[in-house]
Amino acid sequence: MGALNIDLLDHRLLFVTGKGGVGKSTVAAALGALAADRGKRVVVAEVHQRKDVEHIVTAAGADHVSIDPQEAMDEYLTDQLPRALAEILSSSRAFSYLAAATPGMRELLTVGKVWELAQDERRTPGAAPYDLVVVDAPATGHGVAMLAAPKTFADAAMAGPIARHAGIIHEMLSDPVRTAIVVVTTPQEMPVNETLALREALEQASGQRPALVVVNGLRRHRLSPADAAALQAHRDHPAVRAALAVHALAREQRVQLRRLRRRIGAPTVTLPFTPGGADTAAIARRLDQALRSV
Amino acid sequence: MSIEPRIAGKRVIVCAGSGGVGKTTTSAALAMGLAARGQKVAVVTIDPARRLADSLGLEELGNEPRLVDPQRFAGHGIEIEGELWAMMLDPKHTFDDLITQLAPDERHRDEVLGNRIYQELSGAVAGSQEFTAIAKLYELDRSGEFDVLVLDTPPSRNALDFLDAPDRLTSFLEGRALRVFLAGPTGLAAKIVGRGTGVVFSVLQRVTGVDLLTDLSVFFRALGGLLDGFRERAAGVKALLADPATTFLVVTSPEREPVEEAIFFAAKLADAHLPFGGLIVNRVTPSEGLDAEPDAVAAELTEALGADLARRVAATYRDARALAQRDAAAIARLQREIGDPEPLLIPQLGGDVHDVDGLVRVHEHLFG
Repeated sequence: MGALNIDLLDHRLLFVTGKGGVGKSTVAAALGALAADRGKRVVVAEVHQRKDVEHIVTAAGADHVSIDPQEAMDEYLTDQLPRALAEILSSSRAFSYLAAATPGMRELLTVGKVWELAQDERRTPGAAPYDLVVVDAPATGHGVAMLAAPKTFADAAMAGPIARHAGIIHEMLSDPVRTAIVVVTTPQEMPVNETLALREALEQASGQRPALVVVNGLRRHRLSPADAAALQAHRDHPAVRAALAVHALAREQRVQLRRLRRRIGAPTVTLPFTPGGADTAAIARRLDQALRSV
Repeated sequence: MSIEPRIAGKRVIVCAGSGGVGKTTTSAALAMGLAARGQKVAVVTIDPARRLADSLGLEELGNEPRLVDPQRFAGHGIEIEGELWAMMLDPKHTFDDLITQLAPDERHRDEVLGNRIYQELSGAVAGSQEFTAIAKLYELDRSGEFDVLVLDTPPSRNALDFLDAPDRLTSFLEGRALRVFLAGPTGLAAKIVGRGTGVVFSVLQRVTGVDLLTDLSVFFRALGGLLDGFRERAAGVKALLADPATTFLVVTSPEREPVEEAIFFAAKLADAHLPFGGLIVNRVTPSEGLDAEPDAVAAELTEALGADLARRVAATYRDARALAQRDAAAIARLQREIGDPEPLLIPQLGGDVHDVDGLVRVHEHLFG
């Protein structure tokens, strides 16, 4: 793996995204667990009303939150307006429909809440600040839309509080000292293509490259090309056939991993394939090792 | 086993499931198989692997189906008796087309298409893929030009987005609040544009800023002119998805997250009374021939391969067995939870499946 200029966990905000089904949530949970283990006050935030990793995260000593755009809006209004006015808007159905129908508003509200969690001075009354916020962001396109929302709104609104606040949020998301993007993928053709395309989209949305690319599900490679060639003569043995099939998959994965490393322009770390499902603690240990070996 | 009895007589086949499970390749192989059997088929895909797009001749972006040259399959033992059409969906383009179709006149159309809010946000709207995918499906169905449509759904982690898209739009458009908002010269929209002075308006203005609010009002007012068209379209889309000639195939791999997603999605289909056609499990490691214990395998092969290589072959064989066991357990769970006693299993096909050869191999397993 390449050198990381700054310890990943010293950021204020980690935005974990990637293609669906590559283990994004597990990596987000493992990063949260690792930060908690290093004594940080950390919260792992899931979106879209998901609570997939709540149990794992809280068991590891981190906080967990599932962000709801409606709640985030109520909080925002309460913070921005005198109470009576906030109540008028909250209870105005015209306003809630307007908010629900405005394209990109859910993303803005969600990322606005993420930003709020990462502030020294929390707006939520009585809430203590976090050292680190890990966002289990939505998959690829939706994840980019979320990162892009503040800038889009700042540009669309031009003036007024929304433009100003959206501008502040965008500033944080595009600041490589405070915010880092972690992309999770697998060493297969489609996910690698999508990761390379995602890099471009992320750069457009936030001006940032991924700080780390986690390549999940790498299979053990136990046979050399010479071994495989020698084994061809024994293909009639079912165990040899099965071993060669696994070998072919492992080799194809290396081809894709090399292609990714050549073109991604970001440090990569690999996680081994585990047929029994992910083990968050083991992943946290592996990430810990990788982050220390700068 | 073959997918054929599951899709016989269907006019619309929706392939659903989480991202990264081979949905696009499955959709394309399915469409190719139906075209080979004499049907005129269109496959609508969202974001195919570059080489799959290339191998279907989809290198040019276009928002209408293109005829795939049957010669592309000729060297692969596939004869296309019907016609295979394919298209890559461009959500922004589809949305613009939809506005153009639904606008009562040019003025309304230009008002929406020219609105800054629409321009800035319509391309970036998360969820627009879900909505535009079915909008396109509906349009193709209405055109009556194809015997069968195969839709490769967006790789949405939240399957609900896809099923709910027509409903969400209708409930929004039919909400009383929107009517109040849009109600002619006395509605909120008119007040905002006319710099009205209501309490809600002044509070709104304070939160959003005047520019954004004015643009939003113009946007929604213009959208209001398209209301009847939208409502009719949403009702049509809903009816199409529930039609007996439509079927949903749930596609998954045996990995944990996609399996949970497939179970979730199948339950949603049942809740929404939408027609479930069957389950397709991709990338299965077959368990045939994997009965022997790894240690016995190592012992057996030592003489022929030497102790070191025999040990490594046995270890690799052990990996294959672990995978096969995992897959068998995942399939049993899927059968139990989804209630499909005979899911279609497609084995892990080594190497790359994003070319014509790959399509043909997936096709062989789909059609038995």
